[in-house]
Amino acid sequence: MTNTTLTRRQSKLTKGRLPKYAAWAVLAAAVILSAAIMTLIGFNAFGWGVLAAVLFTLGLTGISAAVEGARKAKDKLATCLVVGSFLVALLPLISVIWTVLVNGLPGLTPEFLFYSMNGVTGEFDDAAAEGNAPVLGGAYHALIGTLLMTLWATLISVPVGLLAAVYLVEYSSGGLLSKAITFFVDVMTGIPSIVAGLFAVAFFAVILGPGTKTGFVAAVALSVLMIPVVVRSTEEMLRIVPNELREASYALGVRKWRTITKVVIPTAISGIASGVTLAIARVVGETAPILVTAGFATSINFNVFSGWMASLPTFIYTQIITPTSPSNPDPSAQRAWAAALLLIVMVMLLNLAARLIARYFAPKTGR
Amino acid sequence: MSKRIDVQDLNVFYGDFKAVEDVTIRIEARSVTAFIGPSGCGKSTFLRTLNRMHEVIPRARVEGKVLLDGDDLYGAGVDPVTVRSQIGMVFQRPNPFPTMSIRDNVLAGVKLNNKRISRSESDNLVERSLRGANLWKEVKDRLEKPGSGLSGGQQQRLCIARAIAVQPEVILMDEPCSALDPISTLAVEDLIDELKDNYTVVIVTHNMQQAARVSEKTAFFNIAGTGEPGRLIEYSETTDIFNNPKEKSTEDYVSGRFG
Repeated sequence: MTNTTLTRRQSKLTKGRLPKYAAWAVLAAAVILSAAIMTLIGFNAFGWGVLAAVLFTLGLTGISAAVEGARKAKDKLATCLVVGSFLVALLPLISVIWTVLVNGLPGLTPEFLFYSMNGVTGEFDDAAAEGNAPVLGGAYHALIGTLLMTLWATLISVPVGLLAAVYLVEYSSGGLLSKAITFFVDVMTGIPSIVAGLFAVAFFAVILGPGTKTGFVAAVALSVLMIPVVVRSTEEMLRIVPNELREASYALGVRKWRTITKVVIPTAISGIASGVTLAIARVVGETAPILVTAGFATSINFNVFSGWMASLPTFIYTQIITPTSPSNPDPSAQRAWAAALLLIVMVMLLNLAARLIARYFAPKTGR
Repeated sequence: MSKRIDVQDLNVFYGDFKAVEDVTIRIEARSVTAFIGPSGCGKSTFLRTLNRMHEVIPRARVEGKVLLDGDDLYGAGVDPVTVRSQIGMVFQRPNPFPTMSIRDNVLAGVKLNNKRISRSESDNLVERSLRGANLWKEVKDRLEKPGSGLSGGQQQRLCIARAIAVQPEVILMDEPCSALDPISTLAVEDLIDELKDNYTVVIVTHNMQQAARVSEKTAFFNIAGTGEPGRLIEYSETTDIFNNPKEKSTEDYVSGRFG
């Protein structure tokens, strides 16, 4: 060992640099040292992690400053801070997914997916809590409600949002009207979702009389939240379509409207479609506007134009706040977790769909 | 096909700014006419007024007359769409439609206007237009592939094929070779030489050798200074413009003393 170190000629170019294993060595030292300190003052995993991270940062920066100089030490410190922030940002996300998976998976049974809460009373839950029966009832009605309300919200928002964006990009010449639209769209992206719900309630109270609660009212409330997102994303996508393509089309004697529908929108369609999908993902988990517009239901309702409707978020809310059996809330909690898992999976699938749509519709460049 | 263009006292404005002043020019049918001049002298702007493409730019307007075989393009009740279907245009940068195949790009002028066309008719049109643009041999086996997969020179010839597929009377070209390499440029120049048998071709170019090679008549545009409108300085046979110009500034420009 000593022999090799003596005989091996060290490159002058690598002088004053820490070897690659230095970071790992410091990390190991920090982990062991912090474990020792924690054992002395009372062990807990969270404190251990934080202490190890702090010791690692200090140790690596210190050693680097001693061996490599101030510039390298600053580089190491910045790297530690960046990676640390990334981990801090990631932790809650992983924690949420983990908790929902652990609590939700046991409840995610075929019974849960294909049955509603119709006729499920506290007695069944009491029996389930005592271990005499399986947990009955499920979120089928809520799943149907969420899908139908989101579908109707999409049917309302996409035409309105798309045409508004087409007006802004293709027809307006930066006048007062387009400035006003842009301003109010920006304001609308920021309005609290409960306000959108109250708007829909007030709107339908005027048209159909007070107390109108149906899935369609909820869809209108959701579309109020969706339209600005659709307008914004579509506008961005239409703006990046090169002007040359429009000119090429005009020069062939094609009318403006046909140029927009046949050249501009197809060129931007991948971005528009993924923007719409992300807008759907944003409203699918809305709770407050649905609570005030569609009410709660325990049975299946396929008609958005009459009767109360459940949705996954309101299902979770009612199961937690008012358990089916007040003395035994555990079966209700299990259903709520399973519904939460279902909702997260839906949002994940929508995001995945957005990526696939973007890839599928993107202009092809193959030879 | 192919018609004569007569321009009488044409002024072009961008808002209050006068970009081109008092142009009077006669462009013969079945000929190649080149517009040359320094950057910003208004030759591209003027070219665009020949098929009303300047109207795409907000606040652009013209005064004067442009007659296509005697019919004023700017007459009351003339639809710019009709004008553009008779006077086609090829742009500086090749711009095939990225969402369409090579075949659909050629048929774009027909299909986008929702005209019904039978399969055999469209096959004929595609082949005729691509042959007309000297591109048929290179792409006949991959007509269904996207147009953006072609090389720059091929894309530009595809754009020319797209322009001639709508069977215009006149083809305007706005620096069609400035984004191309010398070999692709040669291919496009050969094509221009063939196109003049059937069409009236007007080409804007920065390359004086190109103007000398392809055109029969050349128009030289110039501006007195920044902020001044561009003017038509001299218009005559290409050989005269390059060998025996009447105006001093034309001689300075073509001999490379300025510009």
